[in-house]
This record gives sequence, C-alpha cells and structure tokens, in this order.
Amino acid sequence: MDLALFYYLLLGFAVLMYVVLDGFDLGLGILYPWFKSEGERDHMMRSISHVWDGNETWLVFGGVVLFAAFPAAYAGILSTMYTPIMLMLIGLIFRGVAFEYRFKSERSKPLWDSAFFLGSSVATFCQGTILGAVVQGVKVGEQGALDWLSPFSVFTGLALMVAYALLACCYLVMKSRGDIMARAAHLGRKLVVTLMVILAIVSLWTLIANTEVRARWLGGINFVYLMPLPILSALFGWLLYRDLDGQPHETRPFWLAVGLFILGFAGLVVGLFPYLIPHQLTFWQASAPDSSLKFLLPGIFIFLPLIFAYTLWGYRIFSGKVEDFEEGY
Amino acid sequence: MDLDAAMLSRIQFAFTISFHIIFPAITIGLATAIAIWEGMWLKTRNPVYFQLAKFWIKPFAITFGMGVVSGIVLSYEFGTNFSKFSELVGPVLGPLLAYEVLTAFFLEAGFLGIMLFGWQRVGEKLHYFATCVVAFGTWVSSFWIIAANSWMHTPAGHKIVEGRFEVDSWMEVIFNPSMPYRLVHMLLAAMLTATFLIGGVSAWYLRKDRDVAFAKKGLSMALWAALVLAPLQVIVGDFHGLNVKEHQPIKVAAMEGIWPETEAGAPLLLFAIPDMENETNHFEVKVPKVASLILTHSLDGEIQGLKSVPPEDRPYVPLIFFSFRIMVGLGMLMVAAAVWGLWLRRKHPQFENKPFLLLMNLMIPTGVICTLAGWYVAEVGRQPWVVHGLVRTMDIVTPLPAERVLFSLTLFVVTYSTLLLVYLYFMAKLVRKGPPDLARLEQHMLDVNAPSFALEWVKKLQREVVED
Repeated sequence: MDLALFYYLLLGFAVLMYVVLDGFDLGLGILYPWFKSEGERDHMMRSISHVWDGNETWLVFGGVVLFAAFPAAYAGILSTMYTPIMLMLIGLIFRGVAFEYRFKSERSKPLWDSAFFLGSSVATFCQGTILGAVVQGVKVGEQGALDWLSPFSVFTGLALMVAYALLACCYLVMKSRGDIMARAAHLGRKLVVTLMVILAIVSLWTLIANTEVRARWLGGINFVYLMPLPILSALFGWLLYRDLDGQPHETRPFWLAVGLFILGFAGLVVGLFPYLIPHQLTFWQASAPDSSLKFLLPGIFIFLPLIFAYTLWGYRIFSGKVEDFEEGY
Repeated sequence: MDLDAAMLSRIQFAFTISFHIIFPAITIGLATAIAIWEGMWLKTRNPVYFQLAKFWIKPFAITFGMGVVSGIVLSYEFGTNFSKFSELVGPVLGPLLAYEVLTAFFLEAGFLGIMLFGWQRVGEKLHYFATCVVAFGTWVSSFWIIAANSWMHTPAGHKIVEGRFEVDSWMEVIFNPSMPYRLVHMLLAAMLTATFLIGGVSAWYLRKDRDVAFAKKGLSMALWAALVLAPLQVIVGDFHGLNVKEHQPIKVAAMEGIWPETEAGAPLLLFAIPDMENETNHFEVKVPKVASLILTHSLDGEIQGLKSVPPEDRPYVPLIFFSFRIMVGLGMLMVAAAVWGLWLRRKHPQFENKPFLLLMNLMIPTGVICTLAGWYVAEVGRQPWVVHGLVRTMDIVTPLPAERVLFSLTLFVVTYSTLLLVYLYFMAKLVRKGPPDLARLEQHMLDVNAPSFALEWVKKLQREVVED
C-alpha cells in the first residue's frame, strides 16, 4: 500500500479517536451549567479524572503524525489557524489544571468550576471552527487575522459543542445513577434532536460551500453508494432518542453517539479525499520522505495495539458507575 | 532589539518552553522516588515508606498536570510560529516526537489514572506496577525529547535533498554525538531537582518539629541520593563540556568569556561582565590557566575564542556566561550540602543541626534554577543557529503579523503567571497539610488491598456511619 495513504488514514483515525475520547470529557465541561450542585459536579469530574489525560494524548498524537508524515500541511494549517489554535490551547490549559486544583480547593472551587466550563467550551468551539475553516477551504498562508472566522466556521464551532455535550450526556448516563442520570438522559434527548438538525444543515451547507465535496457526493453513481451514511445517521439518531427515553439503557446510548461521530467523520473524509487542505494540498503532495514514513511504521504496528490494550484495561478497571466513596490519591 | 514577529515568536517559544521544563524536571525525579518508596513499603512493610509515597504523590500529580497542559502547547508551537522549520526538519524531528508519544505519553497517561485513582480498584502489586510504569514512561519521554533536541545541536545521519532534510541513518540521528551526554546530564538534573525538593521539604518539617519520623526518612534518603548524584553530575558535566567544545566551540567560548581567536592557558573567570560590542570583558576576576586545564586537561591548552567567527555567528554572550556560572555555582553548593550532610551523619545530628536544616530548606528551588540555567546555556549557546551550522533561527519563523504573536504571547504570560502562582500556592498548601496520618493509613491499607476488599471496607464504613 501507498505509505502516504496509510498515514492519511492513520491521521484520520487519530483525529476520530481524539474527537470521541476527549469529546466526552470536554462535553462534561460544557454541561456544567446544567448541573449546579457541588456534589453533581464532583461526580462528573470524578468520572473522567482518570482518563482525560490519556484522551488528550490523542490530540498530541494527531499533531505529531501530521508533523512527521505531512510536514507541509502541518506548517500550513497551524500557521494559518494561529489564533483559534492559541485560544484552544489556552482553553485546554485552564480546563486541564482545573482537574488538579478543583478537588484541593475550598473557597476557590467556583473559580475552578468556571475555568473547567469556559476552558472546555472555548477549546471545543475553536476545534469546531478550525475544522469548519479547513473544510470551507481557507487559503493557507493568507494573513488576515480573522480568515478563519466565517458564518460557516462559527456554526461548525457551535455544532461541535452540541455534539460533545451529547456524547457527555451519554457517558454520564453510563457513569451515574438517580438524579444525575435522569437529567443527563433528559438533556441528551434534546441534544440529539438539535444535533440531527445541525447535521442536516452542516451537510447541505458543506455541499454548497465546497465544490469538491459537492462533486464527490452528487457526482453520478457515488450518490447511491454514499446514501447509507445519512440514512444510518438518521437511524442512529432515532435509536439514541428512543434509548434515552424513560428508563435509559446504560451503555447503548454512548455507543450510538460514538456511531454518529464515526458516520459524520466518514462523510467528511469521503468528501475531502485526497485533500489535506481542500483545493490546495493533497496528502501525497504534503507527505514526508519515505525514510521518515518507514521509520515510524514499526513503532505504529508495535505500540498502537499495546496502547489499545492498556487503555482498554484502564477503562475496564474503572468501569461501571463512579462510587461516591472513591477518594483520589 | 527589534520587537518584530520573529523576535516575539522566539520570546514566546523561550517563555513557554522555560515554563514547561520546570515540571518534567520535577516529575521525572519524583516519579522515580515514589516508585522506590512504594517498592520499599511492599518489601519492608515499614509504614513510613508508604507515608512518603502517599504524601509525595500529591505534589507529583499537580506537577504532572502542569507539565501535560504546558507540553501540549509546545507540540503545536512549531507549526504555528515556526512553520518553515516544521516543513524543513519535520521529516527528522517529527518521527522522533511521534515515537515519544507512542512509547511514553500514552504509557504515562494510561497508567497515571491507576497510579492516582486506582488504590481502591486494583491490588497493591498491580498498583506498584502502575507506579513503576509511570516512572519508566517519564524516562522514556526524556530519551526521545533529548534525542530530538540533541540532533539540533549536533546534527548527524541526514542529507539535504531539494532544500529538505532526509534521513540516511536513524541510528546516527538518534544517537548523535552529543545525545548521550545531554541525556545523562538532563536525567541527573531531574533527579537532583526532586532530591533537593524532597530534602528541603523534609528539613522544613524538622525545623517545625513536626512529622519527625517521616521527615527524617525523607531527608536521610535525599541526602544519600544527593551524595551520589551531585558529584556524579559534576563529572558528567565535565564530559559534556568537552563534547560541546568539540562540536560547538563558540558556545564554550561564550560560556568561558574567551574573546581572542584562540587562547592558550585561558583563565577561569569567576566573574566578569562580557561586552559584545567591544569584544572584551569588564571587571574580570580570574584564576589563571584553569579554564584550559578544565577543557583541555592541560595548563597551556588552546581554546577557540569568540573572535574566530564573525559577529553575526556569535550567540548572545552575557546570558550564556551568567547562566553557566549560576548552574555551576549552585551545582557546587549541592555537592557541598551533600558532603556536609554526610559529615553531620556520624552521630545523626544532621536532623538537629539548625543551620544545615535551614540551608536544605532554602535549597528547595536550586534544582529548578540549575535546570533552567543549564537549558539557557545549551539553547542560547546554539544561536544564531536553530540546527547547528545548517539552519539559522531567523530564517524559519512564520511571517506572521507582529500583533498576532503579541496577542498570544500576552495570553501566555498572563495565563502562565497565574498558573505558577496557583501552583506554588497549592504546593505550599499540600506541604503545610503534611503527610497523611499513619495509623489511619495503615488501617485503611489493611482493609483495602484488593477491589473486593474495597467494597467490604466501604460497607463497613457505611455501617459505622449509620450506627453513629
């Protein structure tokens, strides 16, 4: 197989892993205003404090895969998206330290609560706008300070906040009981409906905004092959809505939400392939020399399965509901 | 100095990386210490070891958290502020950093959760395993990051094809000429940083006459560690210096403040104010011939001086000159403190000698200061090159508008200053709170050394609460 293609797929995989994993813990931060009591917030924080660091590592991994395998795209995208990336990093910093300091503070707890909420929200919004701006096709190397900001990218920014919040609701259903669980399910139902509407709008808007995506999706027979994506998405959304109703199913909503993410992401990749930066740079053009791509291969084949094994094991150790008696370190 | 975007980007990178390096320097050493204590506890069942591990895991956790969040910034800053650098050397540095993530970051993150929160979910052996893996992960991480950094000082194993770096031999890239020295020097620095942190905090408890058994053990172990590590660091530093002289002679000239093209029998400058414009030093306080002796192991050995290269190829001398003296001076103080501690040990009065305890207490930040100073010597000393002899720093900066970089730099300065204050506040708070109560800890651990026990323990607790 073509090495550049392999790394393109790996990059996509890393992004998807990041979006799903950090998605639910960023989403919990976004949900904070709906869970006001200290006990509820303690519970939410405890349900992710052992995994957020590992989840965020996928962001670093995605970054270094882009750096190592597609240096030209790494340089182009990051320097063009300067402002939203800096804002995202600041957001991630504030929410990251909130984990450590919130549990050790008394008076300043509300401050860390807002750091967690604002940091998570800003980071998510920026990720969404970066994605939106890339899909829309921002000219790399252009120097306008607000090139990345457009109605479309703001919309995708808000869309990602809704999507992460939904994922977080489903995670919370899995990790809590009683009141918190009921509220999470109730919120989740509203969010599914909102997300389905947003998905429809984003899909249509992308078709209008990006000619290549339009050509790919609506050109000839492709349409038939690709139809399962939107149909399955609608089906998943409906199942999710149903599962969160009444006495919610414990784990299924989370997996359905993950399914929605995968479908949405697949739809996007299908539309953009083989571009890393739409209209400008394909992954073949951006790829590093073979010597670099080959050197990294054994590392990927040996360590990625290992990473899966111990990450899964870690999740298993902490599986089930979060218990109130569990103290930290 | 022109505050254009290029200079602002460099200031921002220097600022963010200086802030970041503080935390790994502490966590590498602390993780190792915690792994040692937890192992000693499992072996001897002496509860003081358990107390040490249980106490220091908290400062470790907040320090690790700070390291994580500030590290993510760095992995994106190459692309945002140094896009040409990323394109140019991405094929060399990218895979090294990718290996760091694959072999270290995921490992640390995966087992950190178990180390911090797994006390009631896994058995004690498995917990110890997790602690060891986290400590191992910090070492592996330094291996890759130092390999990448060293390559920028002493590049090897590459060729340049169509203006882009390609790798001929990855072995030569990773084990480039200065890498082994740099790695050992950095790891020892990290160990010493943690050693003097632990020793200093323990000394503080002894001065306050509280948690005495705990503090005695901590101070004693820290002093043994310092006695081995500090002199070893001096020796490694000397070897490293010789290696730098071979590959980056101008850096050495700046460290020593040597201006002539070459100087035989160069003096060791204890103090001086280097003057770059007039290419000389003011107010020299010197020991004749000693610099030559140290660097060439001969009294009349020749050393290359700054004037052997044109001014535009020289780094900013004063910063290197003073940083080097701070590093070496504090390093010598560490050796002295360790030796004093050994001398006091004969009748165990090192726990009572007030001046000694005060010194150890005051020396808490020396490791961090040394690490930063050493880092400046190395990095500023490489200028004006970003990849020594091949790529100039000024040629690789993203052509951004100055105000955009100023905006992000301001954000970082405000954020990081706030965080540093918060960090110091919580560290002080943890230290003041002191180690966990031994009797309670012991009972707790007797009851909770396996997940099934944990549930039993909770049920018991709940019963007690109900009966109360």
